Amino acid sequence: MREFEYAAPRTVKEAVALLARANGDARCLAGGTDLIAQMKEGRRSPSLIVDIKRIPDLMRLDYVERRGLRLGAGVPCSTIYEHPVVREKYPIIVDACSLVGSLQIQNRASVGGNLCNGAPSADTAPAFLALNATAVVAGPRGRRQLPLTEFFVGPGKTALAPGELLVEIIVPPPPARSAGNYLRFIPRNEMDIAVAGVGSVVVLGAKGVCKDARIALASVAPVPLRAHEAEERLRGRPLDAEAIREAGALAAAACKPISDVRGSADYRRHLVNVLTQRTLYACLKQLGVTGES
Amino acid sequence: MTVNGERYELLVDSRQTLLDALREGLSLYGTKEGCGNGNCGSCTVLLDDKPVDSCLVFALEADGHKVTTVEGLAKDGRLHPVQQSFMEHGSLQCGFCTPGFLVSAKALLDRNPNPTEHEVRLAIAGNLCRCTGYDKIVRAVMDAAAQGRGQRTAG
Repeated sequence: MREFEYAAPRTVKEAVALLARANGDARCLAGGTDLIAQMKEGRRSPSLIVDIKRIPDLMRLDYVERRGLRLGAGVPCSTIYEHPVVREKYPIIVDACSLVGSLQIQNRASVGGNLCNGAPSADTAPAFLALNATAVVAGPRGRRQLPLTEFFVGPGKTALAPGELLVEIIVPPPPARSAGNYLRFIPRNEMDIAVAGVGSVVVLGAKGVCKDARIALASVAPVPLRAHEAEERLRGRPLDAEAIREAGALAAAACKPISDVRGSADYRRHLVNVLTQRTLYACLKQLGVTGES
Repeated sequence: MTVNGERYELLVDSRQTLLDALREGLSLYGTKEGCGNGNCGSCTVLLDDKPVDSCLVFALEADGHKVTTVEGLAKDGRLHPVQQSFMEHGSLQCGFCTPGFLVSAKALLDRNPNPTEHEVRLAIAGNLCRCTGYDKIVRAVMDAAAQGRGQRTAG
């Protein structure tokens, strides 16, 4: 491992100043479960590590009725899925955060780090994409907000400019009669990288009509992405078996998977179809609507 | 940092992991390095009472925090119930992964003294053992939990 400087600033301002001085040759350290492994393998060799865990803003998790959930970029997965408000209002976040690595990893790894790592397979990405989350980013020119859909640029690449850091994720309050579910496929029971992952959020209106649907996919394209056509097909229609089948097929058509050691592109498309349908049925079940399966 | 109840001041290189600091700096050789990238769990320690892979924590990050290693499990010369149970069930062969399993199991029983078999298997999913096939380990943890309950109801 290359030598590096280590800093643990107490404020976002200090962190931004440190990152600016490093000219793009710095990395933020949250849980470190991706970064330290990458540094050991020589895939990343920053000259400066900015440990963000001593910045109170980045370790905050709170819920405000009007604004929704504010999730500091450094909060570890286990703290998130154990949080009573998250458990009550955002079951899809619980699904996603309890699938990240092992318990040992979940006690360190943060959602902020999972998103900033930019992996196409990031388990938390579909959940937050389906929740219409916003990223709050701080940089030398102050703060900016961007929809999470604009955050992923390519494998390992995010919209963060050099000198910028992710401060928090904002998730809007869940609408009445909404539900969410994240499922992924891996060849074993625990601890693996998704072959495909699907996160769905649905909002029901009167008479079981789908008021809104958001479907997001991981591991099946260079970046985690939304399946817009599948969502469109569901909006304004009753969430019945036919609609769900069509949404599954459209989601499968939306992805651009590669074939690799985990699965062929065709297999991944098939998985997206199946997982999309399953997440939609899981949402109906959460809402107390008996869906067929 | 505080390790197994004792305070230590250590001078470390920024690249040193918590695992290295424990082994090389404090001569606590119970914690093992297996894969070095968070897959095998042999280096599991408790950081502020939560299991973590010490190979994926820089020693500097542990500054001011509390660490428990396998050496901190036995108290006053008496084995922790989970250690005793591992011995009775023959839950180890080569023994290399055992410290990690013991630390994960202790953390589980601390927060859930009455785990189901599924919960035990989940709690140790981040620890790899190439010898035992896990069954003996799972039985030992379940038995340690049952004995803990017995002691509590008896006491």
